[in-house]
Amino acid sequence: MTIHSLSQNTPLAAEFDRDIWTPILALSTREVFQIMLGSRLQAHESAGEPDKREFTALVGLAGSICGVLCLRCSDAAARNMAAKMLGMPAEEVGSDSWDALGEIANMIAGNFKAKLSGAGDRCMLSVPTVIVGTDYATHSLSGGETIEVVLEFEGQALWVTLELHE
Amino acid sequence: MSQIRALIVDDSSVMRKIVERSLRQAGLDLSVVEAGNGAEALGVLDGNSVDLILSDINMPVMDGLEFVRQLQGIERLRGVPVVMITTEGSESNVVQALSLGAKGYIRKPFTPDQVKEHVLPVLGL
Repeated sequence: MTIHSLSQNTPLAAEFDRDIWTPILALSTREVFQIMLGSRLQAHESAGEPDKREFTALVGLAGSICGVLCLRCSDAAARNMAAKMLGMPAEEVGSDSWDALGEIANMIAGNFKAKLSGAGDRCMLSVPTVIVGTDYATHSLSGGETIEVVLEFEGQALWVTLELHE
Repeated sequence: MSQIRALIVDDSSVMRKIVERSLRQAGLDLSVVEAGNGAEALGVLDGNSVDLILSDINMPVMDGLEFVRQLQGIERLRGVPVVMITTEGSESNVVQALSLGAKGYIRKPFTPDQVKEHVLPVLGL
């Protein structure tokens, strides 16, 4: 379902609206978890919780929307996601947790751009990349807006960030 | 219903397993071969004949559209139905895939019912 239209050939900067794009990103994420994992994501209450972003999946967007979609979560959350997708116990999940996280990020990015009418045909996605560990920093070569939603999957936080390049 | 030999092409092993499970849930008696990209799939088809191909589009080495294009150049494989399963669900991708010879198109995320709805007709079931 398309819920926001982009004008043809209009620069992204003129179209970006945080109040519209943020809930679209949240909806895109919730739909992927509902359809592929059978899980309803909740709003996350972050007060007092340690920051566990041990797995990071990155998907690049190029074209009418340029940027990077990031999905971050704990090791335990990534294992639970793979377990739900595959219908197997979390303790039996090995490297499938990386694969699952990358695929989920890919589907969120695809679902997000599909909801922005006019973006689909003019925006390509990269193959996902997954980073394991927390000791890294990303540096964008071009400035732009960032939107983030924090949701809860099986009691654990998920950070979904869209960093837009100008 | 006789056994269906299916080739599932996706760079995600998790997604290949989900597609296989969805096909089984659709009631198909299956034997499955897998590949992680289009080039690997062409190699698999060199030694196997299949009744059905499900392929992602966005893959490293050789993407799904190029894979379908090359399939059409191989006479014994030209009649094998191909269904694309991909996040790249834009209209231009759908049109391109269908014009290259794909028989169906499923956008990720998908439900098992959507797989059934798109795959059974191309098998004439």
